[in-house]
Amino acid sequence: MKKKYDIVIIGGGPAGLAAAISAYDHGVQDVLILEREENLGGILNQCIHNGFGLTRFKESLTGPEYAWRFIDGVRERKIETLVSTTVLSVSRDKQVTAINERDGVFTIQAKAIVLAMGCRERSKGALNVAGTRPAGLYSAGTAQKYVNMKGYLPGQKVVILGSGDIGLIMARRMTLEGAKVLAVCEIMPFSSGLKRNIAQCLDDFNIPLYLNHTITKIEGKERVTGVVISKVDENKRPIVGTQRYIECDTVLFSVGLIPENELTKSAGVPLSLKTKGAIVYQNRETLIDGIFACGNVLQVHDLVDFVSEEAETAGVGAAEYVLYGNREKDVIDCKNGQNVSYVLPQKIDRNQKGIVKLYFRVTNTFKNCVIKLKSGEKVLTERKKRIAVPGEMESFLLTEELLAAVNGEIELSLEC
Amino acid sequence: MYDVLVIGGGVVGGLILRELTKYRLRVALVEKEDDVSMGQSRANSGIVHAGYDAAVGTLKAKFNLIGNRMMPSLAKDLGVKYVNNGSLVVAFSKEEIETLYELKSRGEQNGVAGLQVIDRTELLKLEPNISEEAVGALLAPTGGIVCPYELTIASIGNAMDNGAELFCGFDVCGIERAQDGFTVQSVSGQEIQAKVLINCAGIGGGKIASLLGDSIIVKGRRGQYILLDRESGDLVKHTLFFTPTKKGKGILVSPTVDGNIILGPTAEEIEDDNVETTSIGLENVTAGAKKMCKNVPLYNTITSFAGTRAYTDKHDFILEESEASPNAIHCLGIESPGLTASPAIAKYVVEELVSKHFELVKNEDFQPIRKPDYFFKNLSLEEKNEMIQKDPSYGKIVCRCEQITEGEIVRAVRENPPARNIDAVKRRTRAGMGRCQGGFCQPYVAELIARELQIPLEQVTKSGGESYLLRGKTK
Ligand SMILES: Cc1cc2nc3c(=O)[nH]c(=O)nc-3n(C[C@H](O)[C@H](O)[C@H](O)COP(=O)(O)OP(=O)(O)OC[C@H]3O[C@@H](n4cnc5c(N)ncnc54)[C@H](O)[C@@H]3O)c2cc1C
Ligand SMILES: Cc1cc2nc3c(=O)[nH]c(=O)nc-3n(C[C@H](O)[C@H](O)[C@H](O)COP(=O)(O)OP(=O)(O)OC[C@H]3O[C@@H](n4cnc5c(N)ncnc54)[C@H](O)[C@@H]3O)c2cc1C
Repeated sequence: MKKKYDIVIIGGGPAGLAAAISAYDHGVQDVLILEREENLGGILNQCIHNGFGLTRFKESLTGPEYAWRFIDGVRERKIETLVSTTVLSVSRDKQVTAINERDGVFTIQAKAIVLAMGCRERSKGALNVAGTRPAGLYSAGTAQKYVNMKGYLPGQKVVILGSGDIGLIMARRMTLEGAKVLAVCEIMPFSSGLKRNIAQCLDDFNIPLYLNHTITKIEGKERVTGVVISKVDENKRPIVGTQRYIECDTVLFSVGLIPENELTKSAGVPLSLKTKGAIVYQNRETLIDGIFACGNVLQVHDLVDFVSEEAETAGVGAAEYVLYGNREKDVIDCKNGQNVSYVLPQKIDRNQKGIVKLYFRVTNTFKNCVIKLKSGEKVLTERKKRIAVPGEMESFLLTEELLAAVNGEIELSLEC
Repeated sequence: MYDVLVIGGGVVGGLILRELTKYRLRVALVEKEDDVSMGQSRANSGIVHAGYDAAVGTLKAKFNLIGNRMMPSLAKDLGVKYVNNGSLVVAFSKEEIETLYELKSRGEQNGVAGLQVIDRTELLKLEPNISEEAVGALLAPTGGIVCPYELTIASIGNAMDNGAELFCGFDVCGIERAQDGFTVQSVSGQEIQAKVLINCAGIGGGKIASLLGDSIIVKGRRGQYILLDRESGDLVKHTLFFTPTKKGKGILVSPTVDGNIILGPTAEEIEDDNVETTSIGLENVTAGAKKMCKNVPLYNTITSFAGTRAYTDKHDFILEESEASPNAIHCLGIESPGLTASPAIAKYVVEELVSKHFELVKNEDFQPIRKPDYFFKNLSLEEKNEMIQKDPSYGKIVCRCEQITEGEIVRAVRENPPARNIDAVKRRTRAGMGRCQGGFCQPYVAELIARELQIPLEQVTKSGGESYLLRGKTK
């Protein structure tokens, strides 16, 4: 087998596929995609509901349909792919070590690497919920895999903890499969899911959403028999006297996604504590030259459309790195200010031309506020915002002129 | 008719079973759960205690010391992870330093080597994350850590490879005494006959004792734990204990042999073998950990759990023949340091007690070494490729967090003692023990179990009994 490639892409989900296509179209054809599963498409393969592609294709596709558009693109270009192959480690000098049944453990030298490993779900274990540890406790994505990929129903009477999108979608999916979803509990005063998912997955099926609520105890020895839910105060502590018992055989946890950055760490790429993904420039190059990151491994996206967009940027970046080598940078640091939980990219290189789209998330629900971009004390520009919620990623466009006026660093904040 | 039947598949029963296979005896073990190591030997701190704790002259003190010395080579033979990381008993005041000297002198009387009281400066060198308030510590260089369920599983597996038989799902509910032995009955109606019985049933041991006509009351004291991700594995290197006070020993902070950090246990008197966690219990664990160390990365919690210590009012190990039933032996009240002591207990029980009933003839075929190739990821590159060439399923990663291959999972189902559920596979391979806690790999592991056992996927359980994963097919 070939042991050297210009670009090696780790992960064949929507991010990896789009990065491969854009790198190819940008003039670098010696590209290899490594994917652990048997099929390309990533997490989209288990998202058989529709609603994908509204922004990009202006139509509502299912997850697999969306993925197929990119898989076709990869096939048309005859980009090499190696599936059922897990990458074990990545080194600073861009050696990628992987394993599969046919070739054993092997190492490939790349000129540039694109990290596109996606994310994993935060597990129930991380929550320290009191009580027993029986069968019937699943993360929402695991339940989705059982239902959509394997054709099995994990349970019949369901309580969902956390109102992330996967949990909301599984509330509908399980209901359609004949299960009864008794409650969705969210510890925060707002849902982290998309508004449209709350409407289409809960409201349409009369599934109650309890905000400021959490599960305080799990009962059942072999299989779950019930849970105790409680209301929480502003500090998220359960309020005594508000406990309520709900009989159920299944609890789904939809309590957040975490970028899968084990490989990123193995290469020594610095990570952001806020996004839990790599720190990147606008072309999605990490702080190690020639290693790029995009998609959910970089920041947890709500919509796959933005994953594809970000991956295309990374693909172009990787292609340019292969074609022109490392170029000098003129760096602006981007900081998150008041009421903003993170901004991405964290660094802007002024020598890269073009408009920069600055992504960010807010820390809480805000109404009638102003987004301000400052450099030191100086306000560079501002924009009114009617409503902003943590569950929806926002963006702000930075023109070249605007960046020319910046000295050293910029800060994005939200003022009410 | 077996010569000896061991009741209870914990570490004590397991090592006794293995010890018995060193002799020409027909032996078996019965366990009420669907897998072995489901009691105390599943959920404990995994510390190989140095031996300064137990009162001078007790069985605890004696077997702790011998067990501590036996553990490294036993672990090596069985392919079980053991690390000699050393223990530190940390003092937070002048009075506590006094107590450290008492512990040191008690330890020395018990025969523990190398004990040393160190000051804050030295402590800080050993443990940079120790609390600002810590003033000194007792260093016990012979302290270590071991994986308790691996040790139990490996000892029973090795005993089976040497001819012992295992019956899981055999919940003993009746014992009939006859002239030349016993008939032991299970809840599901099975019967097994044996000449000699050894009661190693942990918290269930009181019931077995009463079936034999003895009265030994076994009580439960629960301990809750929190486990942190390997990413935080460098928080501490030694096992850190608080200085014991009248109120008890407090929690400990320790690395595990797999590179995680374990915090706990609490101590709560309970009625039965209830292993629920409680919010107060877990809060006590985190409070203790924060008192011991700076910057405890609690955000890296991957799971919490509890175990129940089985103790008697004697507060020492009970290793003796039944009063009412000759030919039966009790091994009860084996609370901490029971894990440490277990190899020594096993040797004592077989050589001193079983020997009264049989003439012990050496089994020349006894093979002490268990195939130790368990963890694929620890092999060299050449070894890995050699294995994949022989069996391609070692080239397929199933558990991504711990990098466990399909080959290892299949082997866990096929090898002694066979894993028959998700948790049993987890304890043998670590698949599902990492940071995602089985989120990704559980469906694959379930399919592999179903395939190997030739059962439908709906019949795969989390941990035996009615703990089914699934509730039928989709529409
Ligand atoms: C359950 C769920 C529901 C969603 N619903 C919607 C929706 O309704 N609408 C919408 O627009 N978006 C939705 N999204 C978001 C969207 O699907 C994701 O943002 C998108 O799939 C992320 O793409 P990715 O390529 O970054 O990651 P992934 O799709 O996760 O792909 C990563 C790929 O990398 C592979 N990989 C990882 N590590 C390795 C390794 N070490 N070696 C080899 N390969 C590796 C993985 O197997 C995987 O195939 C949903 C997401 C989830 C999880
Ligand atoms: C919280 C905690 C922390 C500890 N920490 C340490 C430590 O750090 N170091 C140390 O050295 N020791 C420690 N110990 C002590 C150690 O774990 C025990 O001494 C040891 O595991 C006891 O093993 P066992 O085989 O006697 O009991 P168990 O492991 O409890 O085995 C008894 C078995 O008998 C089975 N059984 C019960 N009733 C029946 C029946 N009727 N029929 C068939 N089978 C039955 C049970 O299912 C169980 O598998 C700790 C214990 C606990 C609980």
